[in-house]
Amino acid sequence: MKPAYRNDAHAKVTGTAKYTDDYTMPRMLHAVPLHAPVASAMIKSIDSSEAQRAEGVIRVITAADIPGSIKFGQIIRDYPTLASDRIRSSGDVLALVVATTRAQALAALPLIKLELEELPALYDPEAALQPDAPLINEEHGSNICNYHCVRTGNIAEGEEDADLVIERSFNTSRVEHAYLEPECGLAHLRPDGVMEVIGSMQHPFSTRRFVASTLGLPLKDVEVKTVPMGGGFGGKDDTAALVCARAALCAYLVKRPVKLVYSREMSMRESYKRHPYTMQYRMGLKRDGHITFVKVRMVADGGAYCSVTPWVTWRSTVQCCGCYEVPNVHCDVYGVYTNNVFTGAFRGFGSPQVNFAIEQLVEIAAQELGMDELDFRRLNMVKQGSTTITNQVLDTHTVSLQEVMDKVLSEIDYETKRKNCSYGDPAMDKWYGIGLAISYRGMSLGAEGTDFNSAIVNVQPDGSVLIETGVHENGQGSESAMILIAAEELGLDVKRIRYRMPSTSNIPDGGTTVASRGTLLGGGATTNACHILKGIISEVLEKQYGKKASSFVDGNILDENGELICAWEEAIRLCYNKQVYPYAFGVFQAPRVSWDEETGHGDAYFTWVYAAQAVELEVDAKTGNVKLLNIVAAHDVGKAINPEMVKGQFYGGMAMGAGYGLLEEVPLKAGTPIPTNYHQYRVFRATDLPEMTAIIVENPDPTSPSKAKGIGEPTLEITAPAIANAIYRATGERYYDQPIKVRRPRP
Amino acid sequence: MITVNGLEHHIPETLYETKLSTWLREDLALTGTKIACDIGVCGSCTVLIDGEAKRSCKLYLKDVLGTQITTIEGIAGEDGTLHPLQQAFIDAGAIQCGFCTPGMVLSALALLMINHHPTRSEIRQALKGNICRCTGYQQIIDAVELAANHMYP
Repeated sequence: MKPAYRNDAHAKVTGTAKYTDDYTMPRMLHAVPLHAPVASAMIKSIDSSEAQRAEGVIRVITAADIPGSIKFGQIIRDYPTLASDRIRSSGDVLALVVATTRAQALAALPLIKLELEELPALYDPEAALQPDAPLINEEHGSNICNYHCVRTGNIAEGEEDADLVIERSFNTSRVEHAYLEPECGLAHLRPDGVMEVIGSMQHPFSTRRFVASTLGLPLKDVEVKTVPMGGGFGGKDDTAALVCARAALCAYLVKRPVKLVYSREMSMRESYKRHPYTMQYRMGLKRDGHITFVKVRMVADGGAYCSVTPWVTWRSTVQCCGCYEVPNVHCDVYGVYTNNVFTGAFRGFGSPQVNFAIEQLVEIAAQELGMDELDFRRLNMVKQGSTTITNQVLDTHTVSLQEVMDKVLSEIDYETKRKNCSYGDPAMDKWYGIGLAISYRGMSLGAEGTDFNSAIVNVQPDGSVLIETGVHENGQGSESAMILIAAEELGLDVKRIRYRMPSTSNIPDGGTTVASRGTLLGGGATTNACHILKGIISEVLEKQYGKKASSFVDGNILDENGELICAWEEAIRLCYNKQVYPYAFGVFQAPRVSWDEETGHGDAYFTWVYAAQAVELEVDAKTGNVKLLNIVAAHDVGKAINPEMVKGQFYGGMAMGAGYGLLEEVPLKAGTPIPTNYHQYRVFRATDLPEMTAIIVENPDPTSPSKAKGIGEPTLEITAPAIANAIYRATGERYYDQPIKVRRPRP
Repeated sequence: MITVNGLEHHIPETLYETKLSTWLREDLALTGTKIACDIGVCGSCTVLIDGEAKRSCKLYLKDVLGTQITTIEGIAGEDGTLHPLQQAFIDAGAIQCGFCTPGMVLSALALLMINHHPTRSEIRQALKGNICRCTGYQQIIDAVELAANHMYP
């Protein structure tokens, strides 16, 4: 096994890595936000005169001071950087206080006087869907933020064919990303007129758009640079960009550097969460075990603003039947506006909710048919050449679902241990259960967005190499993966390659580093750039030596016979002598995808990954407490570029997925998150988790230049249903609500 | 007087009510000490005080007068050689976003000073106060085991 490699490990382990809040600038001021006290109101007035006079206060900024657009958004421009006339969520920011110190800014916050006229609020998405419900975003014209459907086959025929029909409803909760580093932005207006921003965000290009829109500047006049980020998990997209936009707004207006750092309390109040879903499933079955139809209605609570709700719910739509072949599908999915804290991107992105339902439903189906749940899965699962429910044929890559499932079953010894399950045996104090879940997942953005990325490989005269891509280092090790890909392509030691500090002004917009697309898209672009670079070098060598370069290995360039043409340094020297730059710009454009909104048909994603996880656990029959004993996962990653870091994605995803299953939720009071910090929002600690086993499956993907696919999200999306299935075998009871709280057994 | 990473600092009374975490980060520019919850429940701001792992966001300077404090910046050798525990975090793949890393390393160091060969379960217990959201802790436990084997063969 290759040892772990990270270009940033030394800085992080010595405490010298500088995150946004670790930076300071001469004459830097501090800003703090004033959050709305209620979730729905008209703003009559904001009186900041007393706050303006408070010690150290430089300026109090409201929406009226915004030089550009007040509202922005990635899909629908409905989010006010500062609320101007109406409050739609208690996460809205009404004003920013800029002061010499952060303490002074915080002290002035209560001095701002608000005159509000409270409006009725809608906290229940079903109520918001009623035709007479008041509109939350009037400009949108409806409380339905978005709608997606799938209409495949003929649902009436599916009903007719069915020997048995099961119906179940599932509910999932809001979940907090709980990245360790709260949001932070630091902005200053450079002498050349460029607004320069660093921040804790995972989408520098989106952040640039938020900043430019708020300030009314062209994109060329905003430069967003990235520094180490303390976790994102999808959560440092919109809110983090807004924090940066607000810091930039302050810096622009007061003409001094401004830092805006969020406390955990501010972060939990304002930042978007995972969408809570209600899902009503109806599934038809033949006696022989085939699924004849699935009818499903899902409602996702989007909260007060759109964020990426249409994209999240689109993935739920495409994957609404899990990894199974279903001939007749009728699926309706609604993203709904409410006055709750908004919801958006979160590792998994619409799949954890669906998988929580479907991976329990298939086991319920098997049980009702008197069938082994493994046989039921094997019968209905997608295989090589299968057609998905959206009419996509899976033939461009290896469909390895059976392979990953078998590996997990064998590693955990599922079929032997299944016999030991307790099913709520009243004679026992501790109930044992084992559970499985499997999934497929469309890679990258799919038909939800434009999907391309670029890389620059720039060889210096001494042979050392600078690379950069449009991919962001979220902490997952994307820079390290890009370096490893370049090192392998160019036959160089990683020490000779540096990942250049990324900036939105250096490289074209590569989209956001989400959707498990970093290694796939950025790695593809890096591979392609290296191929172009090798072509440039080869041409120079052929002219000089009359030999064709065939391979780049261990710092040498070899011909077709494996004989040395020259060393890497010599080749680079020659390039510069011949006035040829050893510099390449590579692009990876995702293969074509398609989608028809009317039918819900199309080649939704250009490639897919396959996953299986199994969990063993014990339930205390008296207290209902659940103790995780073991988790085993197998994921097909195409090719593992940095195997130890791939394992890190396994373990981290499983831990987060286990928390989703058993622990994590953000209850609201009048639309406002009740938990304010980690003492109330509990995440799993080292003592809560068992030892985990990671099985890396590699079926190199022909659609990926580096052969690698993604791993960040699949690891999280099936742990909770595997737990649910294990809890069923331990207690004999099904749980349809996430997180699962085992009911106290009858005395 | 407070000694931080071997350097003595005179503390005027006006600083007695300053949080230790704030003083380390803002006055001494030792920004390896991280703030994530600021209420003493996540462990990101962990430092060693006379060899014991403590949360610096819950302490004021008046609480730590006369003590020896070690932060993450203070455990590598003077020539820059990494402490075996730091090296083990790198080798075991225990680092992702890195925000919990300083606190994790220091909590683990406090454990290894009193227990040279902890079991995995003892390591988990010792790191219970430190939240990591990226790694699922597994490679962190691996790192501490690896370091123990190097430090106390």
